[in-house]
Amino acid sequence: MRPLFALFIGLLFGAGLCLSGMTSPAKVQGFLDISGAWDPSLAFVMAGAIGIGLVFFRLARHRLPAPSHRVDPALVTGSVVFGVGWGLVGYCPGPALTAIASLDPKALTFAAAMLAGTALQRWVASLRVPAGGIAPTASDETAAANACGA
Amino acid sequence: MSIDWLNFTPLASLAGGAVIGISAGLLAARSGRILGVSGFVSGLFETDKEWTARLALIAGLILAPLLIGSFYALPSAVPDVGWTAVIAGGLLVGFGTRLASGCTSGHGVCGLSRLSLRSAVATGAFMASAVATVFVLRHIA
Repeated sequence: MRPLFALFIGLLFGAGLCLSGMTSPAKVQGFLDISGAWDPSLAFVMAGAIGIGLVFFRLARHRLPAPSHRVDPALVTGSVVFGVGWGLVGYCPGPALTAIASLDPKALTFAAAMLAGTALQRWVASLRVPAGGIAPTASDETAAANACGA
Repeated sequence: MSIDWLNFTPLASLAGGAVIGISAGLLAARSGRILGVSGFVSGLFETDKEWTARLALIAGLILAPLLIGSFYALPSAVPDVGWTAVIAGGLLVGFGTRLASGCTSGHGVCGLSRLSLRSAVATGAFMASAVATVFVLRHIA
Protein backbone atom coordinates (compact mmCIF):
# COMPACT_ATOMS: atom_id res chain seq x y z
CA MET A 1 0.00 0.00 0.00
CA ARG A 2 1.76 3.13 -1.20
CA PRO A 3 0.97 6.43 0.55
CA LEU A 4 -0.06 8.23 -2.66
CA PHE A 5 -2.42 5.39 -3.64
CA ALA A 6 -3.79 5.31 -0.08
CA LEU A 7 -4.43 9.06 -0.27
CA PHE A 8 -6.30 8.57 -3.56
CA ILE A 9 -8.41 5.75 -2.05
CA GLY A 10 -9.19 7.94 0.98
CA LEU A 11 -10.30 10.79 -1.28
CA LEU A 12 -12.43 8.46 -3.43
CA PHE A 13 -14.01 6.78 -0.40
CA GLY A 14 -14.65 10.18 1.19
CA ALA A 15 -16.17 11.47 -2.06
CA GLY A 16 -18.51 8.47 -2.04
CA LEU A 17 -19.51 9.21 1.56
CA CYS A 18 -20.20 12.87 0.62
CA LEU A 19 -22.33 12.01 -2.44
CA SER A 20 -24.25 9.29 -0.59
CA GLY A 21 -25.40 11.52 2.28
CA MET A 22 -23.59 9.46 4.94
CA THR A 23 -21.60 12.53 6.04
CA SER A 24 -24.79 14.10 7.43
CA PRO A 25 -25.49 12.86 10.98
CA ALA A 26 -29.09 14.13 10.66
CA LYS A 27 -29.61 11.97 7.55
CA VAL A 28 -28.06 8.93 9.24
CA GLN A 29 -30.35 9.33 12.25
CA GLY A 30 -33.27 9.81 9.84
CA PHE A 31 -32.43 6.38 8.39
CA LEU A 32 -32.12 4.76 11.81
CA ASP A 33 -35.47 6.22 12.95
CA ILE A 34 -37.62 3.58 11.30
CA SER A 35 -40.71 4.29 13.40
CA GLY A 36 -40.68 8.04 12.69
CA ALA A 37 -40.45 9.79 9.30
CA TRP A 38 -38.09 7.23 7.75
CA ASP A 39 -35.46 8.20 5.16
CA PRO A 40 -34.47 4.91 3.47
CA SER A 41 -31.58 6.51 1.50
CA LEU A 42 -28.81 4.73 3.38
CA ALA A 43 -30.17 1.34 2.35
CA PHE A 44 -29.40 2.52 -1.20
CA VAL A 45 -25.83 3.39 -0.13
CA MET A 46 -25.39 -0.17 1.15
CA ALA A 47 -26.96 -1.59 -2.03
CA GLY A 48 -24.67 0.47 -4.28
CA ALA A 49 -21.54 -0.32 -2.27
CA ILE A 50 -22.22 -4.04 -1.90
CA GLY A 51 -23.44 -4.40 -5.50
CA ILE A 52 -20.09 -3.10 -6.76
CA GLY A 53 -18.19 -4.74 -3.88
CA LEU A 54 -19.47 -8.23 -4.72
CA VAL A 55 -17.88 -7.97 -8.19
CA PHE A 56 -14.60 -6.36 -7.07
CA PHE A 57 -14.03 -8.65 -4.08
CA ARG A 58 -14.78 -11.71 -6.20
CA LEU A 59 -12.17 -10.57 -8.74
CA ALA A 60 -9.70 -9.72 -5.94
CA ARG A 61 -10.33 -12.88 -3.87
CA HIS A 62 -6.79 -14.24 -4.50
CA ARG A 63 -5.36 -11.01 -3.01
CA LEU A 64 -7.01 -11.53 0.39
CA PRO A 65 -7.17 -14.35 2.94
CA ALA A 66 -10.51 -16.21 2.96
CA PRO A 67 -13.15 -14.28 4.93
CA SER A 68 -13.74 -15.35 8.52
CA HIS A 69 -17.09 -16.81 9.50
CA ARG A 70 -16.30 -17.05 13.21
CA VAL A 71 -18.84 -15.47 15.52
CA ASP A 72 -17.69 -14.79 19.09
CA PRO A 73 -18.98 -12.74 22.05
CA ALA A 74 -16.51 -9.88 21.37
CA LEU A 75 -17.88 -9.46 17.83
CA VAL A 76 -21.47 -9.15 19.01
CA THR A 77 -20.74 -7.08 22.14
CA GLY A 78 -18.46 -4.71 20.23
CA SER A 79 -20.98 -4.25 17.43
CA VAL A 80 -23.82 -3.53 19.88
CA VAL A 81 -21.63 -0.96 21.71
CA PHE A 82 -20.66 0.63 18.37
CA GLY A 83 -24.32 0.82 17.29
CA VAL A 84 -25.30 2.70 20.47
CA GLY A 85 -22.63 5.35 19.76
CA TRP A 86 -23.61 5.49 16.08
CA GLY A 87 -27.29 6.02 16.91
CA LEU A 88 -26.53 8.53 19.65
CA VAL A 89 -24.66 10.94 17.34
CA GLY A 90 -25.05 9.73 13.74
CA TYR A 91 -21.33 9.27 13.07
CA CYS A 92 -19.70 5.97 12.19
CA PRO A 93 -15.88 6.08 11.83
CA GLY A 94 -15.71 7.22 8.16
CA PRO A 95 -18.10 10.18 8.48
CA ALA A 96 -16.49 11.05 11.85
CA LEU A 97 -13.27 11.62 9.90
CA THR A 98 -14.81 13.53 6.96
CA ALA A 99 -16.51 15.79 9.54
CA ILE A 100 -13.10 16.93 10.79
CA ALA A 101 -12.92 19.17 7.69
CA SER A 102 -15.76 21.27 9.15
CA LEU A 103 -13.47 22.19 12.09
CA ASP A 104 -16.63 22.24 14.20
CA PRO A 105 -15.83 21.77 17.93
CA LYS A 106 -18.34 18.90 18.29
CA ALA A 107 -16.98 17.10 15.22
CA LEU A 108 -13.41 17.48 16.48
CA THR A 109 -14.38 16.33 19.98
CA PHE A 110 -16.15 13.25 18.61
CA ALA A 111 -13.07 12.30 16.56
CA ALA A 112 -10.83 12.75 19.63
CA ALA A 113 -13.20 10.66 21.79
CA MET A 114 -13.29 7.96 19.08
CA LEU A 115 -9.49 7.87 19.08
CA ALA A 116 -9.52 7.61 22.89
CA GLY A 117 -12.07 4.76 22.78
CA THR A 118 -9.89 2.95 20.23
CA ALA A 119 -6.79 3.39 22.42
CA LEU A 120 -8.73 2.21 25.48
CA GLN A 121 -9.87 -1.01 23.76
CA ARG A 122 -6.35 -1.67 22.48
CA TRP A 123 -5.03 -1.24 26.02
CA VAL A 124 -7.66 -3.56 27.53
CA ALA A 125 -6.92 -6.16 24.83
CA SER A 126 -3.18 -5.89 25.48
CA LEU A 127 -3.73 -6.78 29.15
CA ARG A 128 -5.28 -10.06 28.05
CA VAL A 129 -2.43 -11.05 25.70
CA PRO A 130 0.73 -11.94 27.61
CA ALA A 131 3.72 -10.20 26.02
CA GLY A 132 6.14 -13.00 26.94
CA GLY A 133 4.82 -15.46 24.34
CA ILE A 134 3.01 -17.81 26.73
CA ALA A 135 0.79 -20.32 24.93
CA PRO A 136 -2.56 -18.55 24.43
CA THR A 137 -5.75 -19.83 25.97
CA ALA A 138 -9.03 -19.61 24.09
CA SER A 139 -9.84 -16.14 25.44
CA ASP A 140 -6.33 -14.87 24.61
CA GLU A 141 -6.77 -16.08 21.06
CA THR A 142 -9.90 -13.95 20.77
CA ALA A 143 -8.06 -10.89 22.08
CA ALA A 144 -5.18 -11.43 19.66
CA ALA A 145 -7.58 -11.77 16.75
CA ASN A 146 -9.27 -8.52 17.78
CA ALA A 147 -5.94 -6.72 17.83
CA CYS A 148 -5.31 -7.80 14.22
CA GLY A 149 -8.48 -6.30 12.77
CA ALA A 150 -11.21 -7.76 10.59
CA MET B 1 -43.85 4.11 9.79
CA SER B 2 -43.93 6.79 7.09
CA ILE B 3 -41.40 7.60 4.37
CA ASP B 4 -39.58 10.92 4.63
CA TRP B 5 -39.92 11.74 0.90
CA LEU B 6 -38.48 15.26 1.35
CA ASN B 7 -35.05 13.99 2.38
CA PHE B 8 -35.07 10.74 0.38
CA THR B 9 -32.15 10.70 -2.14
CA PRO B 10 -32.13 7.26 -3.78
CA LEU B 11 -30.03 8.13 -6.85
CA ALA B 12 -27.31 10.16 -5.08
CA SER B 13 -27.12 7.54 -2.34
CA LEU B 14 -26.90 4.67 -4.82
CA ALA B 15 -24.18 6.51 -6.79
CA GLY B 16 -22.27 7.45 -3.63
CA GLY B 17 -22.52 3.86 -2.46
CA ALA B 18 -21.12 2.67 -5.80
CA VAL B 19 -18.14 5.03 -5.40
CA ILE B 20 -17.60 3.61 -1.90
CA GLY B 21 -17.70 0.08 -3.35
CA ILE B 22 -15.21 1.03 -6.09
CA SER B 23 -12.75 2.55 -3.58
CA ALA B 24 -12.91 -0.49 -1.29
CA GLY B 25 -12.66 -2.83 -4.28
CA LEU B 26 -9.64 -1.02 -5.74
CA LEU B 27 -7.79 -1.14 -2.42
CA ALA B 28 -8.49 -4.87 -2.16
CA ALA B 29 -7.47 -5.59 -5.76
CA ARG B 30 -4.30 -3.49 -5.78
CA SER B 31 -3.08 -3.66 -2.18
CA GLY B 32 -4.82 -6.71 -0.74
CA ARG B 33 -6.22 -4.64 2.13
CA ILE B 34 -9.70 -4.40 3.63
CA LEU B 35 -10.94 -0.80 3.65
CA GLY B 36 -12.06 -0.68 7.27
CA VAL B 37 -11.94 2.86 8.61
CA SER B 38 -11.87 1.83 12.29
CA GLY B 39 -8.97 -0.51 11.50
CA PHE B 40 -7.05 2.28 9.78
CA VAL B 41 -7.66 4.57 12.77
CA SER B 42 -6.50 1.84 15.16
CA GLY B 43 -3.43 1.31 12.96
CA LEU B 44 -2.29 4.83 13.82
CA PHE B 45 -1.21 3.32 17.16
CA GLU B 46 1.05 0.82 15.38
CA THR B 47 4.43 1.89 14.07
CA ASP B 48 5.19 -0.34 11.12
CA LYS B 49 6.12 0.51 7.53
CA GLU B 50 2.48 1.08 6.52
CA TRP B 51 1.91 3.83 9.09
CA THR B 52 2.39 6.61 6.52
CA ALA B 53 0.00 4.96 4.07
CA ARG B 54 -2.68 4.62 6.77
CA LEU B 55 -2.27 8.28 7.67
CA ALA B 56 -2.48 9.19 3.96
CA LEU B 57 -5.78 7.31 3.57
CA ILE B 58 -7.20 9.06 6.63
CA ALA B 59 -5.95 12.42 5.29
CA GLY B 60 -7.77 11.66 2.02
CA LEU B 61 -11.00 11.04 3.95
CA ILE B 62 -10.64 14.34 5.83
CA LEU B 63 -9.85 16.30 2.64
CA ALA B 64 -12.62 14.75 0.52
CA PRO B 65 -15.46 17.04 1.69
CA LEU B 66 -13.34 20.11 0.92
CA LEU B 67 -12.84 18.83 -2.64
CA ILE B 68 -16.44 17.69 -3.21
CA GLY B 69 -17.88 20.69 -1.36
CA SER B 70 -16.27 23.06 -3.85
CA PHE B 71 -18.71 22.01 -6.60
CA TYR B 72 -21.50 20.18 -4.76
CA ALA B 73 -23.64 21.56 -1.92
CA LEU B 74 -23.07 19.28 1.06
CA PRO B 75 -25.46 19.00 4.02
CA SER B 76 -24.19 19.96 7.48
CA ALA B 77 -21.68 17.49 8.89
CA VAL B 78 -22.30 18.74 12.44
CA PRO B 79 -24.43 16.59 14.79
CA ASP B 80 -27.40 18.23 16.48
CA VAL B 81 -26.79 16.64 19.88
CA GLY B 82 -25.38 17.71 23.24
CA TRP B 83 -21.79 17.51 24.43
CA THR B 84 -22.39 14.47 26.65
CA ALA B 85 -23.70 12.52 23.66
CA VAL B 86 -20.76 13.66 21.50
CA ILE B 87 -18.16 12.46 24.02
CA ALA B 88 -19.99 9.25 25.00
CA GLY B 89 -20.76 8.47 21.35
CA GLY B 90 -17.13 8.89 20.29
CA LEU B 91 -15.88 6.62 23.08
CA LEU B 92 -18.52 3.95 22.31
CA VAL B 93 -17.80 4.02 18.56
CA GLY B 94 -14.03 3.82 19.10
CA PHE B 95 -14.20 1.06 21.73
CA GLY B 96 -16.99 -0.95 20.09
CA THR B 97 -15.55 -1.01 16.57
CA ARG B 98 -12.19 -2.26 17.91
CA LEU B 99 -13.80 -4.94 20.06
CA ALA B 100 -15.77 -6.06 16.99
CA SER B 101 -12.72 -5.69 14.70
CA GLY B 102 -14.67 -3.56 12.23
CA CYS B 103 -17.37 -1.02 11.55
CA THR B 104 -19.77 0.03 8.78
CA SER B 105 -16.99 -0.09 6.16
CA GLY B 106 -14.98 -3.16 7.23
CA HIS B 107 -17.96 -5.36 8.17
CA GLY B 108 -20.88 -3.54 6.49
CA VAL B 109 -19.35 -2.97 3.05
CA CYS B 110 -16.27 -5.19 2.66
CA GLY B 111 -17.38 -8.12 4.82
CA LEU B 112 -20.86 -8.36 3.32
CA SER B 113 -19.34 -8.05 -0.18
CA ARG B 114 -17.18 -11.05 0.73
CA LEU B 115 -20.22 -12.97 2.03
CA SER B 116 -18.67 -13.32 5.50
CA LEU B 117 -21.04 -14.71 8.14
CA ARG B 118 -18.98 -12.91 10.82
CA SER B 119 -19.56 -9.54 9.13
CA ALA B 120 -23.25 -10.29 8.56
CA VAL B 121 -23.69 -10.92 12.31
CA ALA B 122 -21.73 -7.73 13.15
CA THR B 123 -23.77 -5.63 10.69
CA GLY B 124 -27.06 -7.02 12.02
CA ALA B 125 -25.96 -6.29 15.60
CA PHE B 126 -24.83 -2.69 15.10
CA MET B 127 -27.82 -1.85 12.86
CA ALA B 128 -30.21 -3.24 15.48
CA SER B 129 -28.59 -1.42 18.40
CA ALA B 130 -28.37 1.86 16.44
CA VAL B 131 -32.06 1.65 15.50
CA ALA B 132 -32.94 0.83 19.12
CA THR B 133 -30.85 3.76 20.37
CA VAL B 134 -32.54 6.27 18.05
CA PHE B 135 -35.94 4.81 18.99
CA VAL B 136 -35.25 5.37 22.69
CA LEU B 137 -33.88 8.89 22.06
CA ARG B 138 -36.73 10.08 19.86
CA HIS B 139 -39.79 8.18 21.01
CA ILE B 140 -39.24 7.23 24.65
CA ALA B 141 -36.71 9.51 26.37
